[in-house]
Amino acid sequence: MKSLAELAAIREKMKDKVVLREGTGEIRVVVGMATCGIAAGARPVLNAFVEEVTKAGLGEKVTVSQTGCIGVCQFEPVVEIFEADKEKVTYVKMTAEKAAEVVEKHLKGGNVVSEYTISNVIS
Amino acid sequence: MKELSLNILDIAQNSVKARAENILIELIEADGKLTLTIKDDGCGMSKETVENVMNPFYTTRTTRNVGLGIPLLKLAAEQTGGGIKIESVSENDNPEIHGTTVTAEFFTDHIDCTPLGDIISTVTVLIQGSPDIEWKFVHKKNGGAVELDTRELREVLGDVPLDNYEVIKWIEEYLKEGYSSI
Repeated sequence: MKSLAELAAIREKMKDKVVLREGTGEIRVVVGMATCGIAAGARPVLNAFVEEVTKAGLGEKVTVSQTGCIGVCQFEPVVEIFEADKEKVTYVKMTAEKAAEVVEKHLKGGNVVSEYTISNVIS
Repeated sequence: MKELSLNILDIAQNSVKARAENILIELIEADGKLTLTIKDDGCGMSKETVENVMNPFYTTRTTRNVGLGIPLLKLAAEQTGGGIKIESVSENDNPEIHGTTVTAEFFTDHIDCTPLGDIISTVTVLIQGSPDIEWKFVHKKNGGAVELDTRELREVLGDVPLDNYEVIKWIEEYLKEGYSSI
């Protein structure tokens, strides 16, 4: 049985951490979660990012957040990646599988997966 | 929408945008009927706006002139023979008590009733996205109930935010266990 005692254990474990918020916001992954995004499959994409970022050990560096309509509904699910001093990268028509790939290659490896970016789709 | 849980995710995002501090998502299944209530204490809407939200060509979004959230929920309910109701008090009319309640009724035996789908995922995504809101989730069916109240979690967690990965995982497992018992 899941118990509140397990939450107390999580609290105990976090006590020594200086940063309590997940992620210092060095890299921000923003998933569009308006009606258009949700209908197109943004929920599993968001879950995949949360899961894979943690699995890759990037929880301190990467923040995964949600936003409303980004404005290109025909390309949903849309994910934007913001990194200091770098140009924003917009990934389109995302899936959970593509999200895992982006975490591995882009967030971990530092290489944009250009195949899935908006510029690749519209040009 | 392929799942009602996606409609619920979508409508609850409206409550988040309305700056709600408390959001209740309640599902009650009995006698072939599913009643969904999403209640918030956000900024609320004027009478005029409430009348307009059923119209797909009304929206508050600035990127498009179409707002489909409520119309899609209405469609999902009406195609089963049910319907939706929206009650709202704007903070401009009552600065003390305001907010919006959306109620939808679905006849679950109807062939066009959309399956509920992955409701657990909807709850965890909402909490992950807005960890500072107090969420209450209740699903009653077959004489049993699955319930989650973030206030209770917060009491134990202290300063640890609800969007902490391990906390989200705990919530997911907790709800899974709850569903396996009803």
